[in-house]
Amino acid sequence: MKRFILGVAAAAFLSGTALAQEFQPAVVYDLGGKFDKSFNEAAYTGAEKFKADTGIEYRDFEIQNDSQREQALRNFARRGANPVVAIGFSHANALEKVAKEFPDTKFAIVDMVVDLPNVRSILFKEHEGSYIVGKLAAMASKTGKVGFVGGMDIPLIRKFACGYKQGVKETNSDAEIFENMTGSTGAAWNDPVKGGELAKSQIDKGADVIYHAAGGTGLGVLQTAADSGALGIGVDSNQNGVHPGKVLTSMLKRVDVAVETAFKDAKDGNWTSGFYTLGLAEGGVDWALDEHNKPLISDEMKAAVDQARADIVSGKIAVHDYMATEDCPY
Amino acid sequence: MFDTLILILDSTVRLSTPLLLAALAGLYSERSGVFDIGLEGKMLGAAFAAGAAAAVTGSAWLGLAAGILLSVALALVHGFACITHRGNQIVSGVAINFLAMGLTALLGQAWFSQGGRTPPVSGDARFANLVWPFAESLRDVPVLGGLYSELLSGHNILVYAAFLAVPFSWWVLFRTRFGLRLRAVGENPAAVDTAGISVAWLRYRAVICTGILCGLAGSYLAIAQSAGFISNMTAGKGFIALAALIFAKWKPVPVMFACLLFGFLDAVAIRLQGQQVPGIGEVPVQAIQALPYILTVILLAGFIGKAVPPRAGGVAYVKERG
Repeated sequence: MKRFILGVAAAAFLSGTALAQEFQPAVVYDLGGKFDKSFNEAAYTGAEKFKADTGIEYRDFEIQNDSQREQALRNFARRGANPVVAIGFSHANALEKVAKEFPDTKFAIVDMVVDLPNVRSILFKEHEGSYIVGKLAAMASKTGKVGFVGGMDIPLIRKFACGYKQGVKETNSDAEIFENMTGSTGAAWNDPVKGGELAKSQIDKGADVIYHAAGGTGLGVLQTAADSGALGIGVDSNQNGVHPGKVLTSMLKRVDVAVETAFKDAKDGNWTSGFYTLGLAEGGVDWALDEHNKPLISDEMKAAVDQARADIVSGKIAVHDYMATEDCPY
Repeated sequence: MFDTLILILDSTVRLSTPLLLAALAGLYSERSGVFDIGLEGKMLGAAFAAGAAAAVTGSAWLGLAAGILLSVALALVHGFACITHRGNQIVSGVAINFLAMGLTALLGQAWFSQGGRTPPVSGDARFANLVWPFAESLRDVPVLGGLYSELLSGHNILVYAAFLAVPFSWWVLFRTRFGLRLRAVGENPAAVDTAGISVAWLRYRAVICTGILCGLAGSYLAIAQSAGFISNMTAGKGFIALAALIFAKWKPVPVMFACLLFGFLDAVAIRLQGQQVPGIGEVPVQAIQALPYILTVILLAGFIGKAVPPRAGGVAYVKERG
């Protein structure tokens, strides 16, 4: 019996080292799933691009509830996956724990800071991208009223809202902005019915452009906007094609680039830990213009946005970061 | 102010429809003496079947048919377990809830690989809102115009079906022979049996009615209110419907008012968010969201008095005791 156990242990050890020698990246998605057409799907796109470019398989996991975060991360680390990329701020606590247990494994987390020597923390300047789409919303609105629907009520989503409000107000100082959050738990990312009702309430008050930062809930927002003849604004991934002609634009958050870069850096030996903040200047956030929304964007709007973009990059326009002060002056 | 009220009521109607259909579904089953806490599971199953069928065939009606079919099938499983085999009705209901939750997510992922979601549907694959004649031209008439064009007009067909099902259920249960027997079998099955009527067959018919109505409720969620199924989209609505049913003491018209109350609280919670309330200021989001639950507890605990369930509820009928 003892010999058997030793044999099993040795086999496990050998296979473990054999796996570790292979390069095997992994990604853990947040609640909402990898096909949420938004935040998680952006991560999936990045991982798929890496696979297409290098031919290296990656492993992924979609968590179903909060308790699976730590399990998933630890499982990947134990089975030799390296690097392990966690998508979403909610992974922070689990990642901190697991990263300490596996100091030789490289970890990355999107949207949160975990200050450990083997963790790369990737943050985005969502407020800059939101400012741009806010400008577009203000220019596209005929009623002078625009809306925002957030997912879970957390500082990160307030950051989206604040940048958006600044963009709207600096384009049309008389504009009225309705702001709603879907909920205060993780379920708020996946409740399209409620998202739709919130959008409907804003439309009833006169809003004709609605920006969402609500993951799967946002699909309900875009749906209602399209049904009611208003315009939606997508988030994270390019959602212009969800309802072609009914989505004004999308605030792109290039989680795909972040994931792909993390994989590539680890593969090429260029890995660095620490903080990365990606804004307009770094191409980390942007707005989407494609065949679906071309008719909605006038030359004047495009010119104004290009100007604002250049001004933000050069520092001429400073977009307020909600996270820095925990309040929004707009 | 009046406009706001109309809009809240409009939203109330939309939000209470699935509750109403599910609660009426429970009414048939429970009145016949079969407790059904599997309303949630049947709704979820129906929502998935409707979403999947509508996405594949492009027809909302076929989606609805698929939703009703699956829901009736699940209802028959429940019936088979607790009418034919005299199993525990609560256990069987829980089993159906688990089965539906797991199976819809699994099949959704396997068939459509969109994280348990069915592809978004649009156009004919979804029940569109029906606009009543003259709704647009009457919109500006004070009071009545708003009532007519916002509140009465502009819902989809399932909403009207749900509210028509209330008087219909009342008529079936209280004015037909089938209804009399159904109620009798829930109170005193031995008496019904003595009269030479099959208890099992009556109860089976009752759970089939439950299945049909739950099918409507689930289909409403997937292809009328939203545009596609998402995993666990019922989110406890089946249990709220059950609470409404008890709250209304197993009577069709009070069931409607109970469901409207729950829908109204939900609608108010959505509208009040970020609004200034006189004397209080801006109410925190969390407080608003807790409001429906707090009021439910208060109302259930304090105001409705004793709810007496059908006497033979939860008990399998055994013809002879040796």
